[in-house]
Amino acid sequence: MSGDIFDCIIVGAGPSGSIAGYLLAQAGLEVLIIERGNFAGSKNMTGGRLYSHSLEKIIPGFSKEAPVERRVIKETVTMLTGDSSVSLDFQSELLGEEKKDSYTVLRADFDQWLASKAEEAGAILASGVRVDDLIIQDGKVTGVIAGEDEMEADVVILADGVNSLLAQKAGLKAELKPDQVAVGIKEVIELPANVIEDRFNLNPGEGAARLFVGDCTKGKIGGGFLYTNKNSISLGLVFTLSDIGTEGLSVPQMLEEFKQHPAVKPLIKGGKLVEYSGHLVPEGGLTMLPKLYGDGVLVVGDAAGLVINAGYTVRGMDLAIASGEAAAQAVIAAQEKGDYTAPNLAHYKNLLDNSFIMRDLTKYQDFPIFMENHRIFKQYPQLAVDIFKDLYLIDGNPLKPLKKTALSHMKKVGIVNLLKDAWKGGKIL
Amino acid sequence: MKPMGTEEKLGVDKFSVDEGNAHIIILKDTSSREALKKCVIACPAGLYTMKEDGNIGFDFAGCLECGTCRVLCAGTETLSWNYPQGTFGVEFRYG
Repeated sequence: MSGDIFDCIIVGAGPSGSIAGYLLAQAGLEVLIIERGNFAGSKNMTGGRLYSHSLEKIIPGFSKEAPVERRVIKETVTMLTGDSSVSLDFQSELLGEEKKDSYTVLRADFDQWLASKAEEAGAILASGVRVDDLIIQDGKVTGVIAGEDEMEADVVILADGVNSLLAQKAGLKAELKPDQVAVGIKEVIELPANVIEDRFNLNPGEGAARLFVGDCTKGKIGGGFLYTNKNSISLGLVFTLSDIGTEGLSVPQMLEEFKQHPAVKPLIKGGKLVEYSGHLVPEGGLTMLPKLYGDGVLVVGDAAGLVINAGYTVRGMDLAIASGEAAAQAVIAAQEKGDYTAPNLAHYKNLLDNSFIMRDLTKYQDFPIFMENHRIFKQYPQLAVDIFKDLYLIDGNPLKPLKKTALSHMKKVGIVNLLKDAWKGGKIL
Repeated sequence: MKPMGTEEKLGVDKFSVDEGNAHIIILKDTSSREALKKCVIACPAGLYTMKEDGNIGFDFAGCLECGTCRVLCAGTETLSWNYPQGTFGVEFRYG
């Protein structure tokens, strides 16, 4: 820090901002992290689960120290119709292996812990401060404006979340489009740990992750999720905004109906609502990637839209952490040269290009378009339930051969549609 | 769990409301009816309501600061949208 100028100002103390702050402070840079909430995590919400690999690389063995909830050892995908459900359940020791493990988390605790790591390393955390604008001189970002205060830095990292008003102001990012984001709503439902373990067939410390598709969104693009925490369940829905209409059930009403579904109701029985939250999820993948850097500025995490929705998994925090790391590396390299112009900060983009972030975003680039197919959310759950009904509903009437009944159900969707979707889905995944 | 209304759910959350200083304001209603009607459906906090006179009402207290209305109304100059001042607004204790 020369005079009153910080080496780096980071806007937002979520996972990407705190990791960038942690690594920069460790490298000896004067870092200021500005957070608009009263504490790190107080404005943040996740489904949610953290895949450990990227944080494990930076803070080995973090899960022993960090306030994680449960290690996920069971994955379930459930297709819902109004009165029935068909589930696929995957349980494996492999899910818990180091660097392949994932943890359910609650962000108020988790983000505070991560921000405290940055503070311990020497970063300054200023909470309860909303950054209103950027200082831009001759096209170069030179600091931030918060109310009456102006703070200067050699470089600013924008880790201000999915809406990132600042990345828009910096001219790096276009306005979000309704087909690029989904609204997520969630309830945290308190239940004793032993009840959760009995209900989900878990040992202490183990967790379950469940995704739901079909009736929970009334056939609209989106889905339901459930994650077990230590003493609570995170239950919610996600809807792509472009599929929101002007009438019908509201998003909060659909969550209430989801809670009353026979496949869900017993799981949360006796629970107590302790928090209700909402958040946007960037789901456009590669198509919504902004310009990741400019003169004196970098964009990381949700602000850069770094989320992968592969249908059966949704990942954001592991990408956020890795992007914070890459931004920190680029800033450290820039400081060594004393050059914070865009061509030099392009190193950040190179690091992302050569990481799992761009590899996986590229792999799934066509997936958001594939998911804009209502058959996945309406006809296929119905098809699965119809086939299983034929298998298991015994009432003494003559049984028809499965081949015949299954085929008749498939014909309702259209055999060509089925083959087309299977081919497309198989190709993308 | 018994069915709960959205207002009752918001009652469980912790808010510090910046009284008299709304961070979201409806600037124009009639010219962007479609977008605002979508907000009535999509707002997680149910803060956009269809009133009896046909106008759409909005209450900023209880806002979860997700940005759904901002994106749905983008490009229509319907809303003035910002985050609440620092320290104000929702405070997630779980997240």
